[in-house]
Amino acid sequence: MFSLLSGLVFGLGLLISGMTDPAKVLGFLDLAGLWDPSLALVMVGAIAVGLVAFTVAKKRSLSWLGLPVHLPTARQIDRRLIAGGLTFGIGWGLAGICPGPAVVLVGSGDARGLIFVGAMLAGMGIFELLERRKT
Amino acid sequence: MTIDWIDFTPMAAVSGGVLIGLAAAIFVLFNGRIAGISGIIGGLFRPGTGSTAWQAAFVAGLLLAPWLLHTVAPLPVVRIDAGTGTLILAGLLVGIGTRYGSGCTSGHGVCGLSRLSPRSLVATACFMLAGFITVFIVRHLFA
Repeated sequence: MFSLLSGLVFGLGLLISGMTDPAKVLGFLDLAGLWDPSLALVMVGAIAVGLVAFTVAKKRSLSWLGLPVHLPTARQIDRRLIAGGLTFGIGWGLAGICPGPAVVLVGSGDARGLIFVGAMLAGMGIFELLERRKT
Repeated sequence: MTIDWIDFTPMAAVSGGVLIGLAAAIFVLFNGRIAGISGIIGGLFRPGTGSTAWQAAFVAGLLLAPWLLHTVAPLPVVRIDAGTGTLILAGLLVGIGTRYGSGCTSGHGVCGLSRLSPRSLVATACFMLAGFITVFIVRHLFA
């Protein structure tokens, strides 16, 4: 139930902040043009709340519902992380869409969001196939 | 750098951001999980881990958000300049990149930076930098 609620609040946050409008995201990424700093303030608002929540969560092994707290344990900064981040950034810069807003666009019935999410799922599927081949 | 004062929406940005932070807070404090959207969607490719139910519920929440907002207010405008080919290429790159890099704007950008994770800081710097450069090339070198 809390997963559904969290997804719902997350989606509302994306809609209200304007981040489901790809032109607004590209306005932030376009430093050399007319620059729209909105995305930076979205991050500031989100991290301000997040800092408090994660400070509390870091000290706990069980959540308020008694579920185990799973925080990432990976620490290495390797080629996968950097190449993956750069690849994602190129795709993000091409369309102005990242995974959260993409799903919200599908929810609002936008056909272009559906095309993007279809390709994104294919990309994730390619990753799964390549990973499974390694083992 | 010239600030676009017409499109800049500081109040909406901060309040929407606070909601996003609140969603991440609910998720970690009640479910004990990171609200990283690419990881949650990618996790659906690996059934049988016992995570599918909460992952699907989170995605359902995202899908229902516009419907819920629509009951009280008109949905915000969506302006997409990219054509079908660009959308497909961008989607593929976002899908592969977020899985190799173990996260996107939510997992690394919001949750990771809130956890003060050095790994997430590097990932966020990488995708922001690549995004800035890509938009510069598309809008200013090829335009």
